[in-house]
Formats: sequence, structure tokens, C-alpha cells
Amino acid sequence: MELVDKLRQKLAAALLILGFFVAWEVICLVFGVPEIVLPRPSQVMETLIARFPQLLPHVMQTLSTTLTGFVMGVTAGLVLGAIVGSSKVAYDTAYPLLVGFSSIPKVAVVPIFVLWFGSGTVPAVLTSFIICIFPVVVNVATGLATTEPELEDVLKSLGAKKREILWNVGIPRAMPYFFASLKVAITLAFVGTVLAETIASNRGIGNVMMIATSSFDVPLVFSGLFLLAMLGVTLYLVFSLIERKVTGWAMRKSELPAA
Amino acid sequence: MLTMSVGNQTTVTAEPPSEAGREAIKLEGAEVIYGRGKKMTQALAPTHLKVEQGEFVALVGPSGCGKSTILKLVSDLLAPSSGHVHLGGREVGAKRVGVGMAFQNPTMLPWLSVRDNVMLPLKIVPPFRSRYRQARKGEFRERAEALLEKVGLKGFGDKQPWQLSGGMLQRASLCRALIHDPELLLLDEPFGALDQFTREELWGILQNLWLESKPTVLLVTHDLREAAYLGTRICVMSPRPGKIIDDQKVHLPRPRTIPMTYEQDFVQLTQQLRELITHTRPDAA
Repeated sequence: MELVDKLRQKLAAALLILGFFVAWEVICLVFGVPEIVLPRPSQVMETLIARFPQLLPHVMQTLSTTLTGFVMGVTAGLVLGAIVGSSKVAYDTAYPLLVGFSSIPKVAVVPIFVLWFGSGTVPAVLTSFIICIFPVVVNVATGLATTEPELEDVLKSLGAKKREILWNVGIPRAMPYFFASLKVAITLAFVGTVLAETIASNRGIGNVMMIATSSFDVPLVFSGLFLLAMLGVTLYLVFSLIERKVTGWAMRKSELPAA
Repeated sequence: MLTMSVGNQTTVTAEPPSEAGREAIKLEGAEVIYGRGKKMTQALAPTHLKVEQGEFVALVGPSGCGKSTILKLVSDLLAPSSGHVHLGGREVGAKRVGVGMAFQNPTMLPWLSVRDNVMLPLKIVPPFRSRYRQARKGEFRERAEALLEKVGLKGFGDKQPWQLSGGMLQRASLCRALIHDPELLLLDEPFGALDQFTREELWGILQNLWLESKPTVLLVTHDLREAAYLGTRICVMSPRPGKIIDDQKVHLPRPRTIPMTYEQDFVQLTQQLRELITHTRPDAA
């Protein structure tokens, strides 16, 4: 019963995606939209396959840049989040600064990084780093700060030390928040990388798209977009999978209680 | 009524000579005040209380009278604003005393299975903690299973807490409070949120568990029948700021049964307790 429902849902999702591309193809054909304005999905795929060998190094460049920035961002975010979430005072004190930082449009930061480190990979890594810190910090801090005191009391009454309480209650309790933030952070990290590549780099998909745009190679631009979407979805799925393994307890839904 | 207050319950009467003597809990003028200045509220008036080893003391009183505050003091979750709290002859916290605690809410950690929740104290409390890694899958697991079976939860160890009903969780919570053989069992209205039938069944289970190893128990409750059924001694508290206004031993034979609760001795006792509590309402005082 449950399996059928699940399959049906998966099928619906797949059909929606397929339908989207079919509609796009059909609309372009019916209205005769020129390739330079909006290429058809079939043209995009054609370009993608034909140019794939040249595109591959750029894909790898973007991927590695993103992942480096992401890992750095998540690590920093986790540490900061743990500090900020550990006490009410720290939470209230640090929050305005964090919000301030996160409100800065990241486009505005890229030139500064270029100024400091020159164009290339470093600004891209830093941009994706800085863009994915915030959601992690906020979520981890919230997860820790909202831990039910009753749960902590269970450990305290047993004479547990602060570290043991953090390890046995705080961290597991914050895990669902942490993973939720990872899914946001990984997609943001791509945004950061591509942004920096577009502005100041000579490698990566962002750069390829930039050059393709200036030479009106619109199908190539769309191929780049498609590749980015694929990368984003893949990494999102990877984290969802880990999430389900680690924090399944928080995800129960309409399952019936045991008799 | 108020004259028989605080601190006259020291008498080690000729009750059971076997267990008389060693004191498990001692509150000496322990007082708890929340807040400062104008917002100050006295949650617990200076209170004296001595509990001997192996006693089952039921603390009853109107809600908000500081019953739970006493438990928090004894479990070191709260420090007294003035006065002293001693456990086993030493200031609380100075010496590690095996304490098991069950709360009004079952407070199971939702990410652990029921069995792992029950085994949690073994992970924290010495001397078990040093062996937790090795014994987790063997000896400790069996210990948890044996306890779960005693409270009627055989086969539920692998379930997640949210798959169990409130009554089942409260049973598991009792197991968690008992698994490390605590010298001191602190129960904070553990059956308060349960229906009558489940509650009465759990009284029986708790009584059996207590008769087996005779830990010292401090039970906070607002259910007078529960106090009279379970307690060897009942302390009655006044409304906020709470203090102990009556302290008496319960001489009903063990093991007590539910039919006994409808007999005259029992009914008389609960009515007398009710009287005490209603007479000390703020308007009457």
C-alpha cells in the first residue's frame, strides 16, 4: 500500500519534469521562437552532448570549487552555530551581526575578493564559503537553543557533565536543523561559485556561460544552466539521503502507532 | 494545624528497626526564591525534611506548592537560595549518589529507541559508563529487556518512543529511572497524565519494583490515593510558599492492592489528608 503510494508520487514528479520540457519544446516549435532567444530542449541536449568533452573540465572546476567552499562554510558554520546556540546571551548578542552579514548581496563581495586575491579560483571558493555559512549557523544555533530543558534535565539528574549533555542531547537534537541547512547551503554554494566565476574567472561553468553569452551561443548558455541544475539536484539528493539515515526520527509522518 | 509544621519529624520511631538509622535525604531550612526585587517569589519556605534509607515518602500538596521544587533540590537540578540539602550525609553534589528520576512527561529522547532510552543512565553513571561500549549489546541490553518485561513492555525495546502510548512511555520512563539500581528514586508526578486504570496498574508495578530492592523513594503527587497506596510515609505541603505541615507514617500492610484502597482504613487516611490540604488554602490561613 505504502509502496504503491510512494511509486505514484515518484511517477508524478517525473511526469511533471518531463511535461515541463515537452511543453517548452512544443511552445518553441508552435510559436517559432528563434534559437538565439530560447533554444528548444532538444537543441540544448544536442549541444550538451556535442560539447561535453570541452565542458567536462569546467564542470569539474565548478564542482570542486563549490565543494571546497561548501565544506569550509559548513565547518565554520557548525562551529559558530555551536557557540552562538550554546547560550541565550551569545544568541541574542551575535544575531544582529549575523543578520547584517547575511543581508549583504554577495555580488557586491566578489570584487572585494578579487581585489584581495586576484581573479581565479580563490574568490569563487570564498564566495561560496561565505554564502553558505549563514544558513548553517542559524539552523545549528536554533537547534541547540531550542533544545527542551526537560530533555537536558534527564541527563543532569544523572549527574552528566556539560559536555555529555551536549553530546547526548544537544547535538542529536540539532541534527535535523543541521541537515535542513545543508540542503539550503549546497544550492547556495553553487550560486556563489557561478557568480564569482561569471565576474572574475577564466574557468568554470559560470565563465563558459559568460563567454557563450557574449558570442550569442545561446544553446551553450542553456547547456551550462542545465549542467548546474543537474549538479545541484545531485548534491541535494546526496544530502537528503544522508539526512534520512541520520535524522529519520524527526521525519515520522502518518505512520500508525504500534498496537 | 500550622503549629505542627516544619522539622518535627526527626523521630526515628520503633518502626522497622532493620532500616532505621542511615539517613538518605536531609533538607535543613532549604529555601528557594525565584527572581529578584519586586518580582521575587518564594517557591519554597525554609523546609526541614529527613528521609531514611529505604523509606517511600510521598509528598502531597496543592499544585504550585513547591513539591517539585523539593525534588529539583534533591536531584541537584536547582540550588537552594538558603539552607542545605544533604544526600547520604554529604552536601548534594559533593558525592555521587545513584539517583534515578522519572518526570511528569516521559521525556524520552526521540532519536533513540525505547531500549536505548532505558539504557541511557548506564551510559552516564559510573561504574556502568566505563563498560558501556562492551556491554551495550550484551549484558546491559538484557538488563534493559528484563526491566521492560517487568513493566509489561516486552518486545517494545526496538520501537521508537513516538510509537508508544503515554502509559507505555511512562512505563519505559520508570525503567530508565531504575536501570542503574539507584539508591534514590525521585518521581515527579510520574502518573499524573495517565488514565485511572493505567495509573493503578503502574502503582502495582512500582510497588513490586520497590519491594524488590527497597531504594529510597521520594514521590511527588497530587493524588492522595496514590500517596496512601505507595507511601510508607506521607508529607503534606501547604500552598505556596510551600512547607511541610503534616508528616505521618502509613501503617497499611504490604503488598497493598487496589481493593484495599476502598477499605475503611485507607479511605479514612485519604480523607484526613484531603482535610489537611483544604484547610490550609490561602483563604483559610
